[in-house]
Amino acid sequence: MGLLSDPNRRRALISLLTRLNSPICVVCYMAGVAWFMGLAFEPFTLRTYMSENAMGSTMVEERFPAGERALTTGREFSAHKKKAGGMPVDWLVKTMQARGLEVFTQRFSRKLPFPDENKERYMVKGTNVYGILRAPRAPRTEALVLSAPCTPGDSNNQAVGLLLGLAQYFRNQIYWAKDIIFLVNEHDLIGMQAWLEGYHHTNTTGMDWSPLQGRGGSIQAALSLELSSDVITSMDLVLEGLNGQLPNLDLANLFYAFCQKIGVLCTIQGKLQRNDWDSVSGYSHSVQTMMLMVMKQASGRPWGDHGLFLRYHIEAASIKGINSFRQYKTDVTTIGRLLEGMYRKLNNLLERLHQSYFFYLMPSLSHFVSIGYYMPAFGLLAVILLLRALDLWVQLVSSPGVLSVLTPLVISHLTGVALYTLPIQFQEMAVEQFPVSETEAVVLTAIGYNVFLFIYIGWRVLKLVAVLYLAVLLGCTALINFSLGFILALTLVPVAAFVTPHVPKVLSAFILVILSPACTLLFSVFFFQELQELPVSFQEGWLLYLSVISQGILDHFLYGSLVYPLIALLVYPCWLLFWNILFWK
Amino acid sequence: MAAPLTLLVILSVTIRAVLYRSSLAEVISERVEVVSPLTAWKRVVEGLALLDLGVSPYSGDVFHETPLIIYLFHFVVDYAEITFMLADVITAVALYMAVMDYNKQVFRKQKYALEADRYPLDCLELIRSPKEMYYIPLKVAMFYLLNPFTILSCVAKSTCGLNNAVIALFILTTIKGNVLLSAIFLSLATYQSIYPLTLCAPALLYLMQRQFIPVNFRRVSFWWFIAQYAFMYLGSLFVIVGLSFFLLGSWDYVPSVYGFILSVPDLTPNIGLFWYFFAEMFEHFRLFFLCVFQINVFFYTIPLSIKLKEHPVFLIFMQLAVISIFKSYPTVGDIALYMAFLPVWSHLHRFLRNIFLVSCVLLACSALFPVLWHLWIYAGSANSNFYYAITLLFNVAQILLVSDYFYAFLRREHHLSYGLYLKRKDGSEATLVLK
Repeated sequence: MGLLSDPNRRRALISLLTRLNSPICVVCYMAGVAWFMGLAFEPFTLRTYMSENAMGSTMVEERFPAGERALTTGREFSAHKKKAGGMPVDWLVKTMQARGLEVFTQRFSRKLPFPDENKERYMVKGTNVYGILRAPRAPRTEALVLSAPCTPGDSNNQAVGLLLGLAQYFRNQIYWAKDIIFLVNEHDLIGMQAWLEGYHHTNTTGMDWSPLQGRGGSIQAALSLELSSDVITSMDLVLEGLNGQLPNLDLANLFYAFCQKIGVLCTIQGKLQRNDWDSVSGYSHSVQTMMLMVMKQASGRPWGDHGLFLRYHIEAASIKGINSFRQYKTDVTTIGRLLEGMYRKLNNLLERLHQSYFFYLMPSLSHFVSIGYYMPAFGLLAVILLLRALDLWVQLVSSPGVLSVLTPLVISHLTGVALYTLPIQFQEMAVEQFPVSETEAVVLTAIGYNVFLFIYIGWRVLKLVAVLYLAVLLGCTALINFSLGFILALTLVPVAAFVTPHVPKVLSAFILVILSPACTLLFSVFFFQELQELPVSFQEGWLLYLSVISQGILDHFLYGSLVYPLIALLVYPCWLLFWNILFWK
Repeated sequence: MAAPLTLLVILSVTIRAVLYRSSLAEVISERVEVVSPLTAWKRVVEGLALLDLGVSPYSGDVFHETPLIIYLFHFVVDYAEITFMLADVITAVALYMAVMDYNKQVFRKQKYALEADRYPLDCLELIRSPKEMYYIPLKVAMFYLLNPFTILSCVAKSTCGLNNAVIALFILTTIKGNVLLSAIFLSLATYQSIYPLTLCAPALLYLMQRQFIPVNFRRVSFWWFIAQYAFMYLGSLFVIVGLSFFLLGSWDYVPSVYGFILSVPDLTPNIGLFWYFFAEMFEHFRLFFLCVFQINVFFYTIPLSIKLKEHPVFLIFMQLAVISIFKSYPTVGDIALYMAFLPVWSHLHRFLRNIFLVSCVLLACSALFPVLWHLWIYAGSANSNFYYAITLLFNVAQILLVSDYFYAFLRREHHLSYGLYLKRKDGSEATLVLK
């Protein structure tokens, strides 16, 4: 314990750290960013491999034959959907019963806190229809789920058709050891949330649903299928779930292995992987793929219907069929074989998927970066905060009085609470007074809460507390949702490190606003659109930004997403403390 | 000073009442850091229900608190929240009065030592003044009542609050010099959980110091005092145990309470060190490691008593800390009790070396406990190793805190005897190094 007990060495180390504080901070920041960018460089990543022994190689031939019949069923579904003006419940029940499944329905309704941009209404009502294929010779303790959403219009008809086709094919096989639940959910995530809550007897979000009449045991894995065309060119895998939670990497490995076996092109984030990793364009392609994943994970939204399963410890992923301008087309029979193969492998599982990583980033579908490799990037950013805190502690002459720090902390948090609760309350009032759309009303009331606070206490004490608070907050966020923690760290750590009352006020105020969570979100929206190769103009970008904020608030109320309360109640008061320090007199 | 204390009591009662009425109360009473199988309110309610049915509350291995607690709540279960708030207030007021009395004695001893010229001339800045010591009792009460750990423990209705009240009353009666009451409260505290037994050493040292009995093994007065104290202690313990037997009608509370504390059958994760080890252990070695871990709590008494025999109140602080860290089912309520003493040693601030590191680590660990619990139990992405890592870090930080205060205390005593600016034999400046 030489460092902690030898006073000479301690004094030397501490004086070194205080003398070289700013250079070390700058070096750490650049090292953190460089480390993060280096994660996409292929030699630094690992190839994906199947970790679960039960899903290892089995000599199985997939034999799903009925692709054409599935497409016909899909066309029937589309016609009945148009006739019913929503979910054709009776037709679905009859069709599933004809295929030998035990069919049940669930009705649900939810009052939205404010009208959704797309739907423009307050009350959402719907029905979920699901059929259970009972395992012929096994006890009914475990289940797998295959779901397809019932979207209005022309999308996802083929998905429902393929689901029903697979149901018929699976019903004739004898090797199923787990029950398979075929679920068609209405209103995407809202219906899925109602079904999951009903299945697990929880009611965390205040939704109204009728109890489920039939169950299948504990769900081991789930796949959500989205298919809107008769032929496809590639299959896209979507992994990001609610609050940035990801399924076990083995599920992605399973998908990739089967795509290789069957010969289907597979993509992640809509991007095909390239072989030229040593060229600049190849490297930037990997970086774009990884950054798309980071942005999607940081938003905390579920990016497919599978996103809500993860909270219940069920590994789930969404598979999307994409039809683009490529020469080689894959038909529905092949997709059916792919799904059949995946489900046969999942059937072999003896316990839940737990062997592979739960925390990872994927610069391409065949390479991944695990938590041990990407955490040091965040760690380097957090070290800056700790160095600053140490520097401030050494400069403090007297021991800090606890009471004097409480006042700005309490006031900042009360402002955060106001930001959290008042936009919903006031948007109704704002809509009556001004001719703006509901989402704009919500957002503008939120932005109008920047308060200038002049408190006469020692700014060093406040900065020490604020820096430590930010470090703990970012650490906890990075553990739960690494991408969100890293993006917040990238923008807030420089703010925390350089702000003092002695820097030039106007320039620093401008930089502080640019690096605030609100502006970070604005830039992220534009950056996200660039990454997806769909750049937007400033007007469209602003509207997209407002809709992202309102969607975030809606996600929090509907599914319990944590991003909005985190930003409003914890990150924003922290930023406000630094604003206080800048304007301290 | 009564007015600020009253204001503080009112503020803390308001905070607790507000939290009782909010939805957070249920969430907090489920957290494993705040309640343990010994102290959970859910188990007290279960025991009360069994008692009402006429069955022994200890059947079914749910309830592990002592019979006096269950009979107390048999009468006041409708006012449970008021009972716990009252227990916190009693603890705070008892600590307030104890520290006020202790400060008076410290100041008086210092005055005599100054008059007798016992301090070297250059350490006059280490002498404490009444002005700086004036607000210490209020700060102690504040540190206890407004500590988030205490508030969480009270809102969860953990019986740890009642244990803390008994220990605080014991400290008050010891410092006031009342031998009989000190023995009675110590036996009550030991009856609740076995570990306060180690507090008899500092109590004996303090009372002997107060009655001017020299601490010398060869003197008859020393052994006579010990015999008196032991008689009073064992007598009251016998009375309490017998009372429990008569109230309950059988002896089955002994294995359920004391057997449970000593043999640690329940391995629910908590902020202590036992659960992970014993979950991994082979049955063959269980008894051995059980003995090692339990002896660890009692082991530090004698060496610390020998070193700190002139300073029994600091010894009480250290013993409380050792008990809170190494006991079999610690909770944050136990930590809050010894942390309440920290303002009493605020004059050691200049000699503390690791306070920044310790407070950062304690703050970070307190924030990380619920995060890693969520990741382990709900998200399924982490496992018990992550949670135990934070537990270990938390306990290491506490040990570092206690040893830092010990170092600072000894160093100040050293400076008071040998002067503040130490010189080597050849006159050059020397630094103190702890080897």
